[in-house]
Amino acid sequence: MATLDLDVPAHEHAARMRAGDYTARALAEATLARIRAQEPALHAYVTITEELARAQADAADARLRAGDAAPLVGIPVGVKDLLCTRGVRTTASSRMLERFVPFYDCTVVERLQAAGAVIVGKTNLDEFAMGSSTEHSAFGPTRNPWDLERVPGGSSGGSAATVAARGVPISLGTDTGGSIRQPAALCGILGLKPTYGRVSRYGVVAFASSLDQVGPFGRDAEDVANLLGAIAGHDERDSTTVPVPVPDYTAGFARGLAGLRVGVPEQFLERGLGPGVREAIEEAIAVFEHAGAIIDRSVALPTAGAALAVYYIIAPSEASANLARYDGVKYGFAVTDGASVEAEMSETRGRGFGSEVKRRIMLGTYALSAGYYDAYYLKAQKVRTVITREFESAFAEHDVILTPTSPTTAFRLGEKLEDPYAMYLNDLFTIPVNISGDPAISIPCGFADGLPVGLQLIGRHFDEATLLAAANAYGEATDAGKASPAALP
Amino acid sequence: MTTKARTEYEVVVGVEVHVQLKTRSKMFCACPRDYYNAEPNTHVCPVCLGAPGVLPVINREAVHFTILAGLAMGCEIPAESKFDRKNYPYPDLMKGYQISQYDRPLCVGGALEIEGDDGPKTVRLERIHLEEDTARLLHRDDGAEPYSLIDVNRSGVPLMELVTKPDMRSGHETAAFLRTLRQLLRYLEISDADMEKGSFRFDVNLSLRPRGTQPLGTKVELKNMNSFRSAQRGVEFEVQRQSAILESGGRILLETRGFVDATGETASQRSKEEAHDYRYFPEPDLPPLRIPAEEVAALRERLPELPDAKRARFEREYGLPHDEAALLAETRARAGAFEEAVRAAGDPKRARAVAHWLIGDVARHLNALGADAELADTRVTPAHIGELARLVEERTVTASSAKEVLDAAFESGEMPAAIVEARGLRIVSDAGAIDEVARRVIEANPKAVDDYRGGKESAIKFLVGQVMREMRGRADPNGATEALRSHLEAGR
Ligand SMILES: [Zn+2]
Repeated sequence: MATLDLDVPAHEHAARMRAGDYTARALAEATLARIRAQEPALHAYVTITEELARAQADAADARLRAGDAAPLVGIPVGVKDLLCTRGVRTTASSRMLERFVPFYDCTVVERLQAAGAVIVGKTNLDEFAMGSSTEHSAFGPTRNPWDLERVPGGSSGGSAATVAARGVPISLGTDTGGSIRQPAALCGILGLKPTYGRVSRYGVVAFASSLDQVGPFGRDAEDVANLLGAIAGHDERDSTTVPVPVPDYTAGFARGLAGLRVGVPEQFLERGLGPGVREAIEEAIAVFEHAGAIIDRSVALPTAGAALAVYYIIAPSEASANLARYDGVKYGFAVTDGASVEAEMSETRGRGFGSEVKRRIMLGTYALSAGYYDAYYLKAQKVRTVITREFESAFAEHDVILTPTSPTTAFRLGEKLEDPYAMYLNDLFTIPVNISGDPAISIPCGFADGLPVGLQLIGRHFDEATLLAAANAYGEATDAGKASPAALP
Repeated sequence: MTTKARTEYEVVVGVEVHVQLKTRSKMFCACPRDYYNAEPNTHVCPVCLGAPGVLPVINREAVHFTILAGLAMGCEIPAESKFDRKNYPYPDLMKGYQISQYDRPLCVGGALEIEGDDGPKTVRLERIHLEEDTARLLHRDDGAEPYSLIDVNRSGVPLMELVTKPDMRSGHETAAFLRTLRQLLRYLEISDADMEKGSFRFDVNLSLRPRGTQPLGTKVELKNMNSFRSAQRGVEFEVQRQSAILESGGRILLETRGFVDATGETASQRSKEEAHDYRYFPEPDLPPLRIPAEEVAALRERLPELPDAKRARFEREYGLPHDEAALLAETRARAGAFEEAVRAAGDPKRARAVAHWLIGDVARHLNALGADAELADTRVTPAHIGELARLVEERTVTASSAKEVLDAAFESGEMPAAIVEARGLRIVSDAGAIDEVARRVIEANPKAVDDYRGGKESAIKFLVGQVMREMRGRADPNGATEALRSHLEAGR
């Protein structure tokens, strides 16, 4: 009989609970205890949902006793505090929504609950998911478990940090320009951004509607596959989801890497990489090749370099409209002693939003303004189409495209806070994939100077299965991602 | 000394009409659309409240209603349409933007035939698009200082916006267009099109130019008109105001003006400098809307016979004069009642009689109930009217008794034949009984008798009336005339 060990992956917990080794309630209590112990140093959570977790764990135990073999029954999960949870405040890490308690669940949380998962808390993020370090949270930054003086990445930094710190085995984040993959890379775990339209956005506080996707974090491919399987699929409340059937993602694991056609665009390895990153990626490529993958370094995505510019027009434009509703009139933070309704709305937004959010609202408002629309927004949409086509043609000859996830390893807290452009460059490799809508996964591939490095695999539309199978095979072939950070309780 | 000739100005008018559609649910959520009698904030959900993270889903019924309107006015229905966000901050706008349609509306072009100042006229349409209504602000002043409440029930109600080309040339034509449009919308049963309930709202754009010239003058937008009459008065006032300014060498300001019902005048509301930049961009939460040709064809099948076609058919098929046919075709309900009543009357030849009942005494009863009352709001059915026309035609009752029968039917809902029997209103054709009364009437009215004998033929009408009065309207008028004549001739 196995003891309760929080360091094992979710599928191992599931097997042990089904074997009767311990209950979901016991797992939930142990998880809550560890999170509480880690929080002072890590600050991965905005809200810990103890009562909800206990109730869901007890319900999971009833399902386990009844022989329910679904993979997530009783599994503790952290949920990014951008996903609306009925009766549990959902802040988007913003003053604006500090006391906002939704009266509805997002579709993804409904599906998690139907799958029997146990929600232990709402994780920290950059305000409204705008950032790459989680330093832009109105409630203070999250730390990287590998080095508490460094950032965990962002915007889903809380979700990545708590999984890396063995607080929970799996968690959910959102990815608009790399907000799942980059923190996964910086925290040494796996993180997957699904194809745009694969997972419902209903009830997910919107940042950039045409780019946002919810996706899973985990410490191995099987956990990521099971979590994606639970949340993916068409939702009639989200017209941008697509009725493509959801496969059993673990069923394809047997494929391995043999014969996998891997495109490696040299342009992503040539410039601006931090020390040790290229070496770690080249080592991983060697592992792929050794396992039978066919590496092609001639693949080119000539327009992908423009993706960052496209992103910083489209995302702020959409955000400027999405965030217009936070005006203090209906809910959330409100200034009520103004001279007029207009003054109160303006003051509410001036004080309720942080500086990065305001910067992006202003960028977007400018880009959409009369006289500028054609030069910015419309042109960006045209370039977006070109980038999407380039990926499509690359996938005619390749099954996946391999790049580093992030140009550098985790940087120090405050290092890039005063230089937005340096912060934006962090997402150079992840953003093109949001622009094209393709799925991509970040996989830990070793360390540089003691800090985790991640590699990114990009796949065809709705072909998450290939990414997960490759991640699984790579994980089995190496010990990458299996080390634990030592710094935390 | 020379005198400057006074310039004659022509007004050029276009309108924008907002129409709430009578769908079951709202434009982008499942909340009930009808809020007229609902308590404030009871028809709401996260979507129409604009709560964080929620998403719109297109109401296909609203799309269909809009296409029906487009087809009825001969619009082109593009195979692909899309929604856009129209950004502006206002407390009644729950998301801070309105989902509307910018450059790819559901319906393009089209036209509506109206009765213009110089006969029939075609008013061309620019487009028809679909959007969502805003919440309602209720301004209160019953405390220390004024405040506003928000009723979100209206937020997300499907709103169809129709924009015309500047084809109208007077206040009267403007009102005629609006009236004709409202009639059409009601025929299509896609909207109540009720100005009082706010389901039919319009703004007027107008400019003046010297008659005979082409370029348009400076545009003024006119708001706050809540009746066809105020539309007409508003345009007429602007024509006077602007002519006076132009005449004295002044310039017209590009501005929005509000019509003030009490004075019949307009007042400036906002100048161009304060105009919004709506920053339209494609709604990323909704994929482009595809309208397959088969869907349009199926909707075309659903189009009812439209007012003009119906009027023309009534003239042709039932031999009705233009004005009567137009009156009967005014509403779909009235036209339906008419044809059903003709069927109930048992002979198309009785259509004329049925028409007279509906336009005359039935209309009088309905008017007493309210402006928009229809037969269906009463206990009387088309079958009643048909039966009544038949009873008169078959000479079972006299025309004057028939009015009493109709009044009774409105009262009790009983069928005319039953009322005739119960009240003993059957016509009296018994020659002996009529003859007896005729004799008495002649004796009692020597003056009329003298008139008649003196050659005043019309005096007999008075005497027939006296016979009818004596017999409480039941006398067969032909029998009465004959009896009177024979007595009068005999006594000559
Ligand atoms: Zn609703």
